[in-house]
Amino acid sequence: MGFATSVLLGLAGLFALAWVLRAGARSILTGQSRSIALDMPLTAAFGLLVIAIYAAVAIAAPALAPFPEREIVGTQFEAWSSEHVLGTDRIGRDILSRLIYGARNTVGIAFATTALAFVVGSILGLWAALTGGWLDQVLSRFVDALMSIPALIFSLLLLTIFGTSVLTLILVIAAVDATRVFRLARAVAQGIVVMDYIEAAKLRGEGAWFLIRREILPNAMAPLVAEFGLRFCFVFLTISSLSFLGLGIKPPTADWGSMVRDNATLITFGDVTPLLPAGCIALLTVAVNFVVDWQLHRASGLKES
Amino acid sequence: MSRDVLLTIEGLRIEGRSGDDWTEIVKGVDLTLHKGEVLGLIGESGAGKSTVGLAAMGFARDGCRITGGTIDFDGIDLRKASEAVKRDLRGARIAYVAQSAAASFNPAHKLIDQYCEAPVVHDVMSRDEAERDAIDLYRRMQLPDPDGIGFRYPHQVSGGQLQRAMTAMAMSCRPDLIIFDEPTTALDVTTQIEVLAAIRDIVRQFDTAAIYITHDLAVVAQAADRIKVLLRGEEVEEAETRQMLDAPREEYTKSLWAVRSFARPEQPAPTGTPILSVRDVTAAYGTVNVLEDVSFDIHAGRTVAVVGESGSGKSTTARVITGLLPPKRGEVLFEGSPLPPALKGRTREQLRQVQMIYQMADTALNPKLRLRELIGRPAQMYLGLQGGALTERVRDLLHLIELDPDTYIDRLPGELSGGQKQRIGIARALAAEPKLIICDEVTSALDQIVQEGILKLLDRLQGEFGLAYMFITHDLATVRAIADDVVVMQQGRVVEQGPKAEMFAPPHEPYTELLLSSVPEMDPDWLTRLLAAREAGQTPATA
Repeated sequence: MGFATSVLLGLAGLFALAWVLRAGARSILTGQSRSIALDMPLTAAFGLLVIAIYAAVAIAAPALAPFPEREIVGTQFEAWSSEHVLGTDRIGRDILSRLIYGARNTVGIAFATTALAFVVGSILGLWAALTGGWLDQVLSRFVDALMSIPALIFSLLLLTIFGTSVLTLILVIAAVDATRVFRLARAVAQGIVVMDYIEAAKLRGEGAWFLIRREILPNAMAPLVAEFGLRFCFVFLTISSLSFLGLGIKPPTADWGSMVRDNATLITFGDVTPLLPAGCIALLTVAVNFVVDWQLHRASGLKES
Repeated sequence: MSRDVLLTIEGLRIEGRSGDDWTEIVKGVDLTLHKGEVLGLIGESGAGKSTVGLAAMGFARDGCRITGGTIDFDGIDLRKASEAVKRDLRGARIAYVAQSAAASFNPAHKLIDQYCEAPVVHDVMSRDEAERDAIDLYRRMQLPDPDGIGFRYPHQVSGGQLQRAMTAMAMSCRPDLIIFDEPTTALDVTTQIEVLAAIRDIVRQFDTAAIYITHDLAVVAQAADRIKVLLRGEEVEEAETRQMLDAPREEYTKSLWAVRSFARPEQPAPTGTPILSVRDVTAAYGTVNVLEDVSFDIHAGRTVAVVGESGSGKSTTARVITGLLPPKRGEVLFEGSPLPPALKGRTREQLRQVQMIYQMADTALNPKLRLRELIGRPAQMYLGLQGGALTERVRDLLHLIELDPDTYIDRLPGELSGGQKQRIGIARALAAEPKLIICDEVTSALDQIVQEGILKLLDRLQGEFGLAYMFITHDLATVRAIADDVVVMQQGRVVEQGPKAEMFAPPHEPYTELLLSSVPEMDPDWLTRLLAAREAGQTPATA
């Protein structure tokens, strides 16, 4: 059985599992969540399943990985075998284990970064749209100023200043990305704050936090969730670029981006192993975008025809 | 009428799609229209009026399909005709005037360019001829500055003028049939008359047949030769206008008449301190004064109707009272003590006492919140109710507005009808247990039977809780039904005010007289008489 066949079979299996789970959800759930399950296309179910599997792998990495992340457990570039399922890398670390830990590092950092960017960006954006006036001007012009500097150069600059720990990496990329989120959230919210129900809530004497949280956010949620998926993918790319430039995730921490680079020589021998981390990134990106498409569809009120 | 038949529709069936299901929305309607005849199609929303009107052009909206019956327009079978044949007919021989002219004109082109499009495309006239013709028709439609108005963009003319410009546009190819879909519904009474008169004249001048779709009987009575009543996609009855008005046959038709008969009994004269006093309020947007020295009182348990055309300052007055727009001069007193002018300065208790119900329930209810939270939030906030007590209160409120709590408490606003949404707006206001509720055009987006339900509900609640209402409206029929006192506003000033009985009895201020005489009556000769009277100068001219 060739490698391509097994990949295709694996994907088909995932789709089948997604179909079964969706059918299960449709019969078990009730009310609102059931109507979401009914409305969900198969691609979105597949995407959710893949995301769930990645999350499970990332969380349970120490239990799942046969070897530790950083330990040299064999010779250089061992072939696939029953002991080292995906072989070893150029200094003899188990590739399967590093892939599993990589899910934790790469996905975890990307997720934390995107989440932080969204919390900060959307709250500030909604607040600016709601309040208007000088607050909106100050925040928006500040964001404009940040956005006028090319993102990668700006991140490099900040990382050079603050050093390259995982925490600063997260904070820096989140800060850069939050400016984009701010723009989107503000634009979406400007269409919402003029509605009568916002006026009604203001007349009721609600504070800004309640207005943002209960009145504006639920109505701005769909485009924000869609944007979340896209940003998540971009953050992957940013982390990989920074790792390539030596300012991202530092070895020996396992990271899918640097694993591709480190093992690239194997390609010349016809070995697909270096493509596996790239495949992991690709699969997650596709899965996230399936879910995003579905959310966009729901947001625009279009029905599946 | 023994004239040639222009349009025959037989056994028309149309289905509409909701989700994956097709439901029949027009269930076998027959219709015959002679040349030069005007047929009124009336019914409440959802009766299928517009769908039938569009089918007369051989057209079905997206999500609708014609499944049965025949449509014969002057010997052409519109169900079998190709798109090309239908395209040749549309605009040239059959024209359509939509409810909202403002939304139907392309905002990026001048009026006259849009006028000329149809005649030039259909090779009826050259561009120059079409322009001359447009100016001629604008003059006949009594538009101001007929030579120049065509060179303006849609946003530069008023709603009533736009509606007339659209009617002129429909006339451009001298069609045999025009379909008017609620052409005056979005206009206030004084503008409605101008448009109605213009439509009637032009249809008569060119001997055009027309289908006039509306839910307002009094309006259709002025223009139509015959009236057909529809209910849920089926014909209820059809008769000559006079006969229909004098002796409606069916119970349903009679109920349409009865709507306007709802009236609130006379209340005893008010005593004591008013709940709310507006004292010499002048307010401005920027430097332009939109309110000038407005003063009036609202007493407990009474309904004060504030009437006037659009732009007269009615809603601005509400904004001043609620604190959204602090006045430049003057003050608002609540039970004798002044309210802080700006919203931010008011205490929670002061906010609780004045609640508001909006015109468009669609935009006034957060579409993502369930009724439980929509109605419960004011009770939670002002009265500190939590958990079970809160749920109980929400259920009581749903009972009050005549909706079944078990069915509705966890629904979203999108799952309700227009009238039900407006009831939720009322429940939300009641949840705060206020003393005054400001109703901003609460019934004008609803059709008459639903309106009647809302008015009766408001009246009952007023009796139960001793509420005071400030009722903003441009519909004098509503005022007649529910008001105790009336405040007439024009261009930001109070023109006249007093108890209802006085206001509806002569002598009137000229502007009040104009408003009163503009309310359509259930009499086919009303418009003719009114126009003749205004011509003769018995009634003062429009301000």
